[in-house]
Amino acid sequence: MNKIWLVIQREYLSRVQKKSFLLATLLTPLIFPSIMGIFLWISIGESENPSLQIIEVVDENNIFFIESSDQYAFSFSKISTDEGKQMVNNGDRFGFLYIPKIDLRNPSGITYYGEKNPSMNLISLLESALKRRIEEQRLFESGISPEAINAYRTKVSIQAITLDNSGEEKITDATVNYAIGFLAGIMIYMFIFIYGNQIMQGVIEEKSSRIIEILVSSIKPFQLMLGKIIGIGAVGLTQFLIWVVLIGGISSIVMGYFGLHMPQQQALELANPEIGQMIETQSNLKNILQVINGIDFVQLTLTFIFYFLGGYLLYGAFFAAVGAAVDAPSEAQQFMLPITIPLLVGYLGLFVFVLNDPNSNVSFWLSIIPFTSPIAMMGRVSYGVPIFDLLLSMSLLILGFFFSTWVAGKVYRIGILMHGSKVNYKTLWRWIITN
Amino acid sequence: MEILEIRNLTKKYGNQKALSDISLTIPKGGIFGLLGPNGAGKTTLIRIINQIIEGDSGEVFFNGVILQPKHISQIGYLPEERGLYKKMKVWDQLVYFARLKDMPASLAKERVSYWLKKMDISSWKDKRIDDLSKGMAQKVQFISTIIHEPELLILDEPFSGFDPLNAEIIKNEIIELKNKGITVVLSTHRMESVELLCDQIAMIHRSHKILEGRLSEIKQQFRPNSYEVILAGFSDSLPEKWDVQNINGNSVFSIPLGQDSPNSTLTKLMQYGEVVGFREILPTMEEIFIQQVKNHSYE
Repeated sequence: MNKIWLVIQREYLSRVQKKSFLLATLLTPLIFPSIMGIFLWISIGESENPSLQIIEVVDENNIFFIESSDQYAFSFSKISTDEGKQMVNNGDRFGFLYIPKIDLRNPSGITYYGEKNPSMNLISLLESALKRRIEEQRLFESGISPEAINAYRTKVSIQAITLDNSGEEKITDATVNYAIGFLAGIMIYMFIFIYGNQIMQGVIEEKSSRIIEILVSSIKPFQLMLGKIIGIGAVGLTQFLIWVVLIGGISSIVMGYFGLHMPQQQALELANPEIGQMIETQSNLKNILQVINGIDFVQLTLTFIFYFLGGYLLYGAFFAAVGAAVDAPSEAQQFMLPITIPLLVGYLGLFVFVLNDPNSNVSFWLSIIPFTSPIAMMGRVSYGVPIFDLLLSMSLLILGFFFSTWVAGKVYRIGILMHGSKVNYKTLWRWIITN
Repeated sequence: MEILEIRNLTKKYGNQKALSDISLTIPKGGIFGLLGPNGAGKTTLIRIINQIIEGDSGEVFFNGVILQPKHISQIGYLPEERGLYKKMKVWDQLVYFARLKDMPASLAKERVSYWLKKMDISSWKDKRIDDLSKGMAQKVQFISTIIHEPELLILDEPFSGFDPLNAEIIKNEIIELKNKGITVVLSTHRMESVELLCDQIAMIHRSHKILEGRLSEIKQQFRPNSYEVILAGFSDSLPEKWDVQNINGNSVFSIPLGQDSPNSTLTKLMQYGEVVGFREILPTMEEIFIQQVKNHSYE
């Protein structure tokens, strides 16, 4: 035990004291908030000082009207198509929209001319404005008054509430759950790969520099392997915790600067612009706050740390075994498939099945089988998962860890002393089955 | 009293025999030479003593008891293929190795400090290994082998990688350790260092032990019973079968004694001239080694 502790200490300190660790740990959290800061700065700058684009519109039907926005103004006239195109070419107009005489039941032939390729935003703005006008016109023609049309226009948003056994009601929002599951799953996936690779590099270093023979004359190979895995895992955990604190802190400062006072968790989610956008467009701030209050963060954090470490330990042993089987990092590629495939299945399963339907059969199995559960279960946890499923999945992950370390230990023990011999899957299998 | 006793040790890798029924006794104190050509099974034997691998059958006794994991701290091992953590500082590295051999931290630091001073390399203690020259790194490596004050020291080709000056330093350290009562097992191809250092040897060839005993006795055993003769002045008239050579104006040749005693041979020789040299020819270890390997052709 004492010796494992020595190995853990060495692996941990030798990595944490490196300049590259310090740099990666301090700079990475700066990247997300600064990207966000730049986006916010640009968007705020744009809305304060919009450069207005004028679009010339010719409507042969005399029924259309498009409301000008901060970005686009629409000028209606009766010029010819050639004249319109000329204006665009001269730079007098940003674009030219031509609406010929159309059949309202089957509108066609509407054309936009622009010097630049129009943005999706502009096209959908134009399309929805025209569509609404055509629909109104058709309703009007069938005898419904404009007042009635306006009166019937409604906006719907559904508020989801989950009931738990104690009868307590929680406001939930699938988007927030999706975001949390998505983030947690991806982080575990990346963590396993990044730190698993470090284990492998470390093993190869010890093997190729021949320290290994001295080491195994002082310590059992299994202890050495375990110490290395745990030590590097501790490095990862340290880095992760520093990131959480830094990203939270810096994001709060960035948000605060732009007058958006947000709680830390939310700032964290917004640190990923993609998710930030999803939340922004589909939900409002107050709702998000309520939703976040409804999430059991203690449970979420604890399960996250469990799967974070469990997944890492399970795969870490395999990475160590691969490192022991080869002489150089370039040879490691041939044995990576059995590690990459189940991880990828978990990763894709998270997006394709779990996040879309956390309670389906596929999602259940993905979150139970130890090789995919660390990633897939996080997708279910954020939506709330039956305690039985969670306990089953956790126990299987622990068993899976024992199994993987046992198998990897056998490969490791023999592999580290093998130099220059060609190793293939058949040899690996022989190592596993021999005593 | 023997520090190590090996009884009927056998080890196979697949169908390849690495050790066939090896029995050896290594006495306490002194330097024991473990000889044999490449691939003879020396490294396998050393690895079994270090408990890196296990034998298929047979037993190893350390100080009279079956070899156990706790004995690791009493054995120091310098493998032929050696290495250190390149990015780790000399000091940290040596303390780490000492502690892996169950030495308490405070004592480990004390010993590292002592050895760095003794080897005259205290000023490198905060240097990383990849900033050191190869010879410097070898010194650190040697210290790492003996830092935990083992009773038994196993050195596999300890002089490779050293320049003659540093090799001399290491040789003197080995002799000093021996004088302190530490048993040294020396595995090497350099027969001149075997002659110089070893008290006792064993030779392994193709997984079999083919020779074991005190160095002086083995040399006696393999002496060809020939004498080197030097006669004053060079003469062509000596019998041709002696293959006489002219060295510094003297006639030098070797003569096999056969059934004759040295004295009767000497009397005969006196007829041919003034005998200025008459000395028994003892085989070098190198000659014994080559002869033994050739004689034993195990398949």
